[in-house]
Amino acid sequence: MIRYLAKRLAYYAALLVVAVFLAYALSSTALGPRTYFEAKQPRPSAASVDRQLTALNINDHTPVVERFGTWSSDLVLHGDLGRTIHNTSVNAEFGRRILVSLRLLLIGSLLGMLLGVAGGAWSAIRQYRISDRVLTLVSFVLLSTPVFLLALLLKNGAIAAKDAVGHEVIPFTGYETPGLSGGIGAHLGDWALHLLLPTLSLALGGLAMYSRYQRGTMLDVLGSDYLRTAEAKGLTRNRALLKHGLRTAIIPMSTMFAYSFLGIFTGATFTETIFGWHGMGEWFIQAINEQDVNSVIAVNLFAAVVVLASGFLADLLNAALDPRVRS
Amino acid sequence: MTTTVETDLLTVSDLSVDFNGVPAVRGVDLRLRRGETLGIVGESGSGKSVTSLAILGLLPTTATVSGSVRLDGRELVGLPNRELAAIRGRKVAMVFQDPLSAFTPVYRIGDQIVEALRIHQDLDRPAARKRAAELLDLVGIPSPERALAGFPHEFSGGMRQRAMIAMAIANDPGILLADEPTTALDVTIQAQVLDVLRTAQRETGAALVLVSHDLGVIAGMADRVAVMYAGRVVETAGVDELFARPRHPYTLGLIGAVPRLDTGGGPLVPIPGGPPALATLPPGCPFAARCPLAEDRCRTEEPRLTGADGHLAACVRAEELAEHGPAPSEVYPVPTVPPAAVARPRDERESVLRVTGLAKTFPVLKGSVFKRKVGEVYAVDGVELDIRRGETLGLVGESGSGKSTTLFELLRLAEPEAGRIELLGQDTAHLDRSAVHRLRSDIQIVFQDPMASLDPRMPISDIVAEPLLAQGAARELIGRRVPELLRQVGLDAAHATRYPHQFSGGQRQRISIARALAVQPQLLVLDEPVSALDVSVQAGVLNLLQQLKAELGLAYLFVSHDLSVIRHLSDRVSVMYLGRTVESGAVNEVFERPRHPYTRALLSAVPLPDPAAERSRKRILLAGDPPSPTERPTGCPFRARCPVHTALPSDLRTRCEQEPPALAEAAPGRDHHAACHYPDA
Amino acid sequence: MTAVPPTVPPTAALIADGLPAPVPEEAAPAGRLRLVLGRMLASRGVLAGGAIVLLLFLLAFGGPLLTPWNYATPDYLAIRQSPSGQHWFGTNGLGQDVFAQTVRGLQKSLVIGLLVAFFSTVAASLVGACAGYFGGWTDRALTFLVDLMLVFPSFLIITIISPKLRGTGWIAFVALLAAFNWMITARVVRSMTRSLKEREFVRAAQFMGVRPLRIILRHILPNVASFLITDATIAVGAAVMSETALSYFGFGVRAPDVSLGTLLAAGTDQAPVFPWLFYFAAGLLVLFVLAINLIGDGLRDALDPTSEGTRPARKSRTPRSGK
Ligand code: SF4
Ligand code: SF4
Repeated sequence: MIRYLAKRLAYYAALLVVAVFLAYALSSTALGPRTYFEAKQPRPSAASVDRQLTALNINDHTPVVERFGTWSSDLVLHGDLGRTIHNTSVNAEFGRRILVSLRLLLIGSLLGMLLGVAGGAWSAIRQYRISDRVLTLVSFVLLSTPVFLLALLLKNGAIAAKDAVGHEVIPFTGYETPGLSGGIGAHLGDWALHLLLPTLSLALGGLAMYSRYQRGTMLDVLGSDYLRTAEAKGLTRNRALLKHGLRTAIIPMSTMFAYSFLGIFTGATFTETIFGWHGMGEWFIQAINEQDVNSVIAVNLFAAVVVLASGFLADLLNAALDPRVRS
Repeated sequence: MTTTVETDLLTVSDLSVDFNGVPAVRGVDLRLRRGETLGIVGESGSGKSVTSLAILGLLPTTATVSGSVRLDGRELVGLPNRELAAIRGRKVAMVFQDPLSAFTPVYRIGDQIVEALRIHQDLDRPAARKRAAELLDLVGIPSPERALAGFPHEFSGGMRQRAMIAMAIANDPGILLADEPTTALDVTIQAQVLDVLRTAQRETGAALVLVSHDLGVIAGMADRVAVMYAGRVVETAGVDELFARPRHPYTLGLIGAVPRLDTGGGPLVPIPGGPPALATLPPGCPFAARCPLAEDRCRTEEPRLTGADGHLAACVRAEELAEHGPAPSEVYPVPTVPPAAVARPRDERESVLRVTGLAKTFPVLKGSVFKRKVGEVYAVDGVELDIRRGETLGLVGESGSGKSTTLFELLRLAEPEAGRIELLGQDTAHLDRSAVHRLRSDIQIVFQDPMASLDPRMPISDIVAEPLLAQGAARELIGRRVPELLRQVGLDAAHATRYPHQFSGGQRQRISIARALAVQPQLLVLDEPVSALDVSVQAGVLNLLQQLKAELGLAYLFVSHDLSVIRHLSDRVSVMYLGRTVESGAVNEVFERPRHPYTRALLSAVPLPDPAAERSRKRILLAGDPPSPTERPTGCPFRARCPVHTALPSDLRTRCEQEPPALAEAAPGRDHHAACHYPDA
Repeated sequence: MTAVPPTVPPTAALIADGLPAPVPEEAAPAGRLRLVLGRMLASRGVLAGGAIVLLLFLLAFGGPLLTPWNYATPDYLAIRQSPSGQHWFGTNGLGQDVFAQTVRGLQKSLVIGLLVAFFSTVAASLVGACAGYFGGWTDRALTFLVDLMLVFPSFLIITIISPKLRGTGWIAFVALLAAFNWMITARVVRSMTRSLKEREFVRAAQFMGVRPLRIILRHILPNVASFLITDATIAVGAAVMSETALSYFGFGVRAPDVSLGTLLAAGTDQAPVFPWLFYFAAGLLVLFVLAINLIGDGLRDALDPTSEGTRPARKSRTPRSGK
């Protein structure tokens, strides 16, 4: 088992290395930091542009492989992600933003998953009743609403509420009220309130997706032989469903978990931008627009690590849930 | 049924089940006395399993149940779920067909049995665990303590079914319902499990309802039998009475359709047609369309189940049958099999297939990306086959014996890992691509599951034409050949544009055969061709095979786990165990004077559809499961389970342990070989 | 036999697991088509979804003919007017007719959605079938490629590349979307192919001497067709969502082209005050994707015989090996 997980880990590491290299090559060739510098007023001399680019290790006259070599050895040896196009430290920016993003990603995905699994299982058990139909309809509508639109709608709702009441009811920009005084309790409350809308816009999509999927696996389980055995033993239908049905039906969700992270990451990029959170996603969009190669790569690295880590977590979860995988 | 005897434990009367308006069970009456075994026999779709599930209210919610099920005088139909739950497992327990899917895959076997105990009994965990271990011990699971901690997928099929039985008897129920409990198992394992069921019954004194399609199993186990057809009981009687003097033509036909181990040869009695669709049942006797005795009055009203002395039948002509007691072949038309086209003695006929020392190993891989070999499975490890023109070789073996691997190795037409394959005198090791392609037309295969082997998205004319196309035959030849082939296998050529799902199982298997015959092969490989079919249909396909062989002078390699079928169809037989040929020879020779202990055990494990013979037989029960083929045993591979070996004095045993037995002639010049050091012990 | 560790990386197993059983179809076109149609018509979701999609298509392609206004031409007399008899959906800050713009944007979004779904499905079925059928190194290489492309959210990669495509128009954008949209489908096709390959009718064809490519075309692809149809349907909705998201952030469709995404981007800031600039486009977007999803769901139920209530009864089989 340990060996199996170690194997997976090694595979993910290999994927990571290749993927990061490709991302590096792609970003370095697709973005044009040279134009960024050349557009400065007054226009700097070609030599000075070259010098600045080289100092940042983003000079397109240096071969990509060589730049990658410099970048990766800095990363591996010093944990240094390089400099932004404004010649500030990428690491510093990374450190400022990572917690903001992780807070959103973790809470949003976990909440979506928990609610979705519960809702889907409930929906399956009550198949074709009103509650099932309502939940199905709601999840369909949610599934058909792109995250950025959902976020915009929530934000517009909050704005409307503010206009109606006259002051901000639910905050819709940033992740804390600047300059808030008060104790730790007040701060936590403020955080929670700021988290509400962005998290919702991520979690609702997750909820819809997980609940559809969980409903499907649960329905498969409903007709299974072992559920019948459990009933034949003398368990009532509901206990058999909870103890034997649900337990087996959540196994496939672990793989779903990994997969959904791809979508959630993208979703988080949108919500951050829309709600003015200074997280990785917002940074990414900003960096693209500024041709800030090293920052773009840093965010890519972050995304890859998050996605692969969630893949590994899913493997762990899967092994924990399913004894057939373990042996 | 009107008279309910006081001692009846379970009385089912007029039980009917509908699924969304389509009937599945139509008015079933059954009685079960304390401690007795009632066999319910019927083909697929007869409603036998639905009946057993309906008794405990375990049907899905789409089912509507009416009628009455009384347990000890208490009505179960319509009982609230909670009260039913208190009865399930406590008073009536169930054993299901497929023990792999019947255990929850994520819980340990021990926990599942403990759960069953604690639902109904006030036991604490350790006490329940102790009891669970005792139960596992009772059903013959070695080292029960360890087994408790195992997950279902870690058990073999036989062990799982034992555990299932242990769970069923955990609360000392008065009734055990066993729904096809051995259908998914090999014969030797089936014999073990049936034995465990008997033990369980003896220990608990429970009455047993045994649902099965296998007349042999029923004959060996039941006290009384109910035969079901089209959702109803058509005949019920004591087991001896029923098999000796059936009063319903369907029962009679079933008995005639089963090939028997103890008598070979002769065409079987096929029941024409197939079971009716219950959604559109015409009035009158549901069997009328297939019944050779049908008269006009049969078609007006459905006959009631009546009769004297506890022998009831639902047939207007039951009296006549009771009086005359005809043999199946006197009632049903039996096809005549023409004499074989090739009648020269065996030695003079040329060889079609010759296999010597065939071996095939599979690497056991670990890891997902960088696969690494950690061992080898010796799937085939010394197989010898010899088939002459116009001859059928039966290949017998249980699962894991390497039968399928052997077939695939043959059909690859490539150089084997070890040994030699000669097809029509050509060594497959020295063939170039075009020779292989040409040779493909000489060897064709018919698979077990006719549904799976026909592409569901092609009309059958295309399916039958496919091998011709692959051999590059001309269009107009194909156009001529396809209808001809369909007629040859007994299908209507006008149906050529239909799709496989529009045919019944037996017809589909005929399509497979037509496809295989398209390129006029010399050798037909038949991989369990009838085991997915009901007996009454199976008989027709077997007769067809015999007929084709006689007409076309084909040679068959007939693979089956069913020894009765092998005996019926084969000229010679070859028995495999753990990838090796352990015995081979002329079929009568091997079946009447088996020399290898494994063959003997195998033969004794096959249930006979004859209650008297079943009772008087001496059974050789093999211990345990076949060992894993990943370990290559020294000496004789059968040693661990060999009853002869166990009984040997220790000085003789060493030979079995050290020296692998080679196939040796029984007597010089006789066509009978066995790989055992002590074939006469 | 030894238990096989799940070699499918998690993301793949997802959909593969989600399918009740790979390739469950047991029926053939002629009778099937009727069956499928019957089931689809019996499903209200499919009917409603179908009707909506049809109407939206009519609107998208017939709409421009209904209105005298052109999507780009400003009406200087009507700036930011609310919906009226003249400008059905109102006008924007430049005085452009919002109805004409929305219809135009819808048109583009629909076309992009359809094209992306088509191309990605074709790519997925080819890659998946080849990886699954040939196995060995072909499989390993293709699987690695798929895994690699799934390491990054495709949004990131598309965003990085898209500035390079400035000036190439929306067709390049379609190609880009399709290029990053096929991987998961390919995985499912691969795993379905692998199990089809073990099926006896494929084996039978192999033993008859039918060549591999012919087997893929005649036996494999027709048997994954119903999955592909369902998947392609849902992919249309997904592609429209990706398109609008990317366009919203300025990485997709660009002026002078208009799509629902660009309209939403333009209308966002004014949404609280001038709702018609935002909500018409938003509503049509959700409506369209919803309708597509309803059809996809209905199709899945109709095409999949193992879906609720139609599961065939368990048949008794011959012995199976224990482990
Ligand atoms: S009632 Fe008539 S048709 Fe039915 S079994 Fe008896 S003889 Fe045959
Ligand atoms: S060689 Fe020995 S162990 Fe093997 S079958 Fe014969 S007696 Fe039994």
